[in-house]
Amino acid sequence: MNDVTTVISISLLLATVRKAVPLIFASTGGFFSERSGVINIGLEGMMLFGAFSGAIVAFFTHNAWLGVLGAAFIGGLIGSLHAFVTIGLRANQIISGVAINLLGTGATIFLCQVFIHGERSFSLGQGDRLPSLGPFIPLTYIAFILAIGAAIFSYYTVGGLRLRAVGEHPRAADTQGIKVNRIRFMGVVASGICAGLGGAYLPMFSGSFAKNMTAGQGFIALAALIFGKWNPIGALGASLLFGFADALQETLQGRAHLPAQALQVVPYVVTMVALAGVIGRSIPPGAIGKHYEREQPEI
Amino acid sequence: MMPTQKLLERLLAPALALAFAMVIATVIVALLGEDPFHIASVMLSGSLGSLRSLANTLEEATPLILTGLCVAIGMQSGLFNIGGEGQLVVGAFIAAWLGVKVPVSNAGLHVALCLVAAGIGGAIWAGIAGILRAKLGAHEVINTIMLNYVAFISTNYLVNLPYFKKPGQIPQTFDVAPSAEIPRLTFVYNYTRLNAGLFVAIGAALLIWIVLSKTSFGFEIRCVGHNPVASRVGAISVVRSMILAMSIGGFLAGVAGAERVLGVHKHFVSPFPFGYGFGGIAVALLARNNPFGVVVTAIFFGALASGGAQVDMVTSIPRELVTVIQAIIILFIACEYLFSRYRPRMRVLKDE
Repeated sequence: MNDVTTVISISLLLATVRKAVPLIFASTGGFFSERSGVINIGLEGMMLFGAFSGAIVAFFTHNAWLGVLGAAFIGGLIGSLHAFVTIGLRANQIISGVAINLLGTGATIFLCQVFIHGERSFSLGQGDRLPSLGPFIPLTYIAFILAIGAAIFSYYTVGGLRLRAVGEHPRAADTQGIKVNRIRFMGVVASGICAGLGGAYLPMFSGSFAKNMTAGQGFIALAALIFGKWNPIGALGASLLFGFADALQETLQGRAHLPAQALQVVPYVVTMVALAGVIGRSIPPGAIGKHYEREQPEI
Repeated sequence: MMPTQKLLERLLAPALALAFAMVIATVIVALLGEDPFHIASVMLSGSLGSLRSLANTLEEATPLILTGLCVAIGMQSGLFNIGGEGQLVVGAFIAAWLGVKVPVSNAGLHVALCLVAAGIGGAIWAGIAGILRAKLGAHEVINTIMLNYVAFISTNYLVNLPYFKKPGQIPQTFDVAPSAEIPRLTFVYNYTRLNAGLFVAIGAALLIWIVLSKTSFGFEIRCVGHNPVASRVGAISVVRSMILAMSIGGFLAGVAGAERVLGVHKHFVSPFPFGYGFGGIAVALLARNNPFGVVVTAIFFGALASGGAQVDMVTSIPRELVTVIQAIIILFIACEYLFSRYRPRMRVLKDE
């Protein structure tokens, strides 16, 4: 038991929050998309685009906030690609997500080598990074405000009700005069912006961009969204839990008999359990993955 | 409709996707100030220009055939198995384990044992997602993604155990026994890593084609993919078909992992070389889930990979251009259903 008490400390709690920030951004992003009825397994790719564009803009302009804006913009752009393909062209949402993830790994390293002369990683100078505000960089506070804001938006405003309505029962929403596909489009773009910000956090915090630096965090964010039952506060809690598992795993390395991998595997296993409905089943939005068209197609 | 006309119609969308991706690649290359024709000729010579390039192309194509089939058979049953990556890693680890630890002196027997065990490992891994989907309705896409990471992390744990780990900084196993090595096809090119796994992959494609189009079991899988409700009414076990389609796919991905270990790398290393599982998705989509189409497109993607490596070496264009091309092809194929007269086979979270 001594191990446990020495390990749980202020620094572990701070590390938990730092690990959770990118997950909070991306899972909130996933919330906007999936609650509107569009599956987004492209969060990983969108984060990677955000990480790269945030870092490269900050690198060249020496202005970290411009980097953050650039990441949000490029994230939104990739989000609108997903929206255009899946809503406008009625493409399969999963296939589009797979393509965006592949595009993320390919295009970011490709562009990195083009901009930084053959390098697959680069470092940011101290002036190119966000300054600390208290124990964290400002993006940390923004992540919490965003998640809580998303919760207030979706459960206490008309816009949020519409977002959930088009994801749950688009035909009913349509008969109420809600523009289903327009709201979905906005939801997916918002999702890209959030994921882009989550990606930007990584180089802003670590001070460098590296090949595939998201390392699956987009998928952990998706897991957090599902484990949090497709609800921003639930996703926030799940992100903190997964962040804690990650921070604990790093703290314990070499100090305990528990292998690091046992904690690394937690987000994935608990998500599968939640989805299978063994403990407190997660139920996806009613119309997720389904295209919406006003008239029945003639088949 | 005439069969040839039908065939042409089926080839139209993949051809358009390829043409579109090539146009974009050409524009990118031109924007970077390189001559697209020069790049294309380097690409061609790097993939087909010599016996060495040809061997590289086929070597890259071998696992893609297997993972492509893995995705294709899942899709035939209406399920999207994007866990080929994890199933491959599980198979690769098991192959290395048995290849190093089991003392079998008969070469053929040892290889066969490793291949089958790796396949079973992959089949169980995919079967978990299949069972969760068929019995509980849990989305196979999410579960296969999660299982990918569970596979990466748990093999990373195992390979670091003293029982498996070769002493040193890198988490890798010892090399497999010579009796467990898949013979390389050195008659094509002396130093090639191309191995007899290629014939296993092509044989698998033939087998999957026979199963899907000539047996009642394959018919049932395709029925479930087209319309699970009607299949159930028609006394087809939807649960059984879904689980088996996933498991067969997982078996093939596991064999792909074994081929990488026994024929190419000789050991398991964590993280295991990445991308064949996801490459299989592109292959299956472009091949429209047809087993012979999978062989052809896998060779095409193998050529892109080996040509891309050559382009990376001799020009200023990074090899990741190939990944970008793949992504564009997938994106285009995703939209292709829009132009298609046929309804998509996949049913995503559609309640039955």
